[in-house]
Amino acid sequence: MKRVSFVLDGQFRELEADPELSVLSLLRDDLGCLGVRPGCLMGRCGSCTVLVDNRPIQSCSAPVWSIDGRTVATVAGAEPGSWLARVREVFLEEQAAQCGYCVNGIVTTVAGLLANSPVPDRDHLLKHLDEHHLCRCGAHVRMLRAIDRLLDEAHRGAAA
Amino acid sequence: MKELPANLIANPKLSQWFDIDRSHVTICSGKVELGQGIETAMAIVAASELRLDVSQISIGRVDTGHAPNEGYTAGSFSIEHGGSALRVAAAMTRELFAEAAATRLGARPEDLIVEDGRFRAPGRNEFISYGDLADSVDLDVDARSRPFPRLLGIGEIDEKTHRRDLPGKLGGGAYIQDIRLPGMLFGRVLRPHSPNLRLRELNETAVALHPGVIKVVVRNGFAGVVAKRDEQALEAVERLRQTARWEKVFDLPEDNEEQSWIDSLAVKPTIIEEPQPARLPGRRKKASFSRPYLLHASIGPTCAVAAWDEGKLTVYSHTQGVYPLRAQLARVLGFDLSDVTVIHAHGSGCYGHNGADDVALDAALLAQAVGVPVMVMWSRTDELTWSPHAAAMRVQVEATQDEQGAIIDWAYHVKSTPHLARPGMGTAPNLLAATELGFRDEVQETPAPREKTNFKIADRGGDRNARPIYALPRLSLLHSELPQGPLRSSAMRGLGAHLNVFAIESFMDELALDAGRDPLEFRLAHLQDERAVAVLKAAADLGNWQPGEAGGEGRGRGLGLARYKGTGAYYACVVTVEVDETVRLVSVHGAVDAGHVVHKDGVLNQIEGGIIQSASWTLKERAGWNEDGFSVKGWDDYPIMGFTEIPHIETRVLRNSEPSVGVGEAAAGPVAAGIGNAVAHALGVRIRTMPITRERIFKMLMEG
Repeated sequence: MKRVSFVLDGQFRELEADPELSVLSLLRDDLGCLGVRPGCLMGRCGSCTVLVDNRPIQSCSAPVWSIDGRTVATVAGAEPGSWLARVREVFLEEQAAQCGYCVNGIVTTVAGLLANSPVPDRDHLLKHLDEHHLCRCGAHVRMLRAIDRLLDEAHRGAAA
Repeated sequence: MKELPANLIANPKLSQWFDIDRSHVTICSGKVELGQGIETAMAIVAASELRLDVSQISIGRVDTGHAPNEGYTAGSFSIEHGGSALRVAAAMTRELFAEAAATRLGARPEDLIVEDGRFRAPGRNEFISYGDLADSVDLDVDARSRPFPRLLGIGEIDEKTHRRDLPGKLGGGAYIQDIRLPGMLFGRVLRPHSPNLRLRELNETAVALHPGVIKVVVRNGFAGVVAKRDEQALEAVERLRQTARWEKVFDLPEDNEEQSWIDSLAVKPTIIEEPQPARLPGRRKKASFSRPYLLHASIGPTCAVAAWDEGKLTVYSHTQGVYPLRAQLARVLGFDLSDVTVIHAHGSGCYGHNGADDVALDAALLAQAVGVPVMVMWSRTDELTWSPHAAAMRVQVEATQDEQGAIIDWAYHVKSTPHLARPGMGTAPNLLAATELGFRDEVQETPAPREKTNFKIADRGGDRNARPIYALPRLSLLHSELPQGPLRSSAMRGLGAHLNVFAIESFMDELALDAGRDPLEFRLAHLQDERAVAVLKAAADLGNWQPGEAGGEGRGRGLGLARYKGTGAYYACVVTVEVDETVRLVSVHGAVDAGHVVHKDGVLNQIEGGIIQSASWTLKERAGWNEDGFSVKGWDDYPIMGFTEIPHIETRVLRNSEPSVGVGEAAAGPVAAGIGNAVAHALGVRIRTMPITRERIFKMLMEG
């Protein structure tokens, strides 16, 4: 066991934990962050994605020691005004989900990438999504609609 | 609609459908939310008859204690059967409340106006709401004793309501995996790596000192571990796996792309339309089509939570049918029905009979062994190996054309592994752990053709959409369903429709080409169903179909058309592809006729999802086996369609006043067919074996 500390959704956390435990298990089973979802536990489907220092990370494959001293953000705890909150809002406006299981992870990754400077282009963003996320219901059409709106906002924001 | 819907007759008390108190109107449907948006559609149906704003409707829990028994949420029947029953129940409820309101207001019930959930007499400003009347209206009334109500909501199409479950799902705590009961432990199960193996022995002591392990449960061929934490149970199961010895219970045939092993396991066909005795003179053509086993491959893990309390079992499940699951759990565990409660909880996307029912029994067995609540999740490998697959299928079709190309004879034989092996269907429990416990499994069962009351025509799953939509003068139709194939298989979105429509529509294009006729004109010449004509013309118009458009040069266009099950929604599409080394789906322009549409965005969402999932099956997916057992054990073995592969999709929703039907499965067959036809148009070579991969294209081009 090791003492680790990090900021989770804006709150400072310090606790004893197995440093090799997955961030997914810590967040869900020790800290009650149930918006972070278990998926394949193989680092492929992306449903467990969280932001660590604004970078999307698959929490099933990340050990607890890797978030020590860092900032972790999840969709369910998205802070007002953050890209995470905005991406979630636009996904809801576009009804960009069917079962919704994969969507928190996808929202998280899109938010992490849009916060980058320079803002990624569409091809880069979609390629990244294909490498790190899966959706089985086929809600992609709506997600793409949401992503296009968000890319437009991000590029306009960067230009301003 | 003037007759009481069957689901209302089966659940006749209005109190089974509605719970209205001073501050809430709660609907109780037996149809469950699977990601398809049915809760929202049901709320819209109820609101439109009660004349309430949809935001004032709450959704009741679907469980075996309270909900009406509407069987499975399957077959695209939720709107057609469940929605129509709820609509009539809602209208009757409104009329009961109107009678109570009329007494209070001193008016005749038929004169009252109801708006925003409030009744008033014409020309008066006194309002009385459902809540005001809740204490004086008894909903414990038998619908069969009431006059058929006036339906006020028929014809209204909702274009604004957002899915009510999505804000929670884009948050935390919405899914079955998020249930946390006091004292709950976590279980994982151990299953073999090959479909023909069964557990013989295990060294339970191997994990006795493993951190967190509470108990190893071994009962005949069933084995699982209960631990304090999920990751501990998972690690312990993998350690136990190293000590497991398996025994072979049957020999596997050799898997192949054309699924010709199905022929080697031949069974006597069911005759749906008698073979014709003599051949007619004319140009004859025949072909074979096939589809491999496919996987549900939901993103979230299959999961259940079970809790025993004084000999009574409560199970949380993302099953498609709480009542059928309860019956089989009680049977396998040897309990009375009244001792088992199944509560539906939202899961990851459900496209048919997946592992949800199986894991419910897993959880019940593990919870029984430790006496406290247990959550069981399946691993990704469990999902991709042991959950029921979509059936492997093979079709042989032969047709004769006259000199003008008109089809004068059609003979069709579809063979498949089981499409309908849900819990309780046939004589076996059809729960995986039940088989491991020693219950007779599906292998030994010979399913009789099901004359399902839910269907207007006989349905055996594999023959779904085997009957062409076209008016053909002579038709022979045979169906051979193996009692069991090498892999478990059961219902997945569209069932037999995926291959049957692919085969029929591919063959229609081949026949059109042979006759030198345009595929659209050729179809229209063989169609008598006016709704099919309308939907095909609408799709052709939206997709700007050009008769005689030249194919080749790597770009092609193809048509697909079907009416799901022969009685459900019509869908037609124009698919455009570009083919170089692989097939790139460029666009799918389609039209759907689902009768009276309740929730337009819900229809569009289901059609879009159906298109993408069917395209993924058709172009990329295949499950099978090899000398090491299951050939798919992780996502790397089973690629599915991603963001960079999504085509441009446009869908025209036709409007009419025909009865509402579901759309979740309507696109599966036509899209596969449209892709197959577009690829043939692009390449000049017909691929009749799914999936249409790069390797298969190379092979076909090499063979010329």
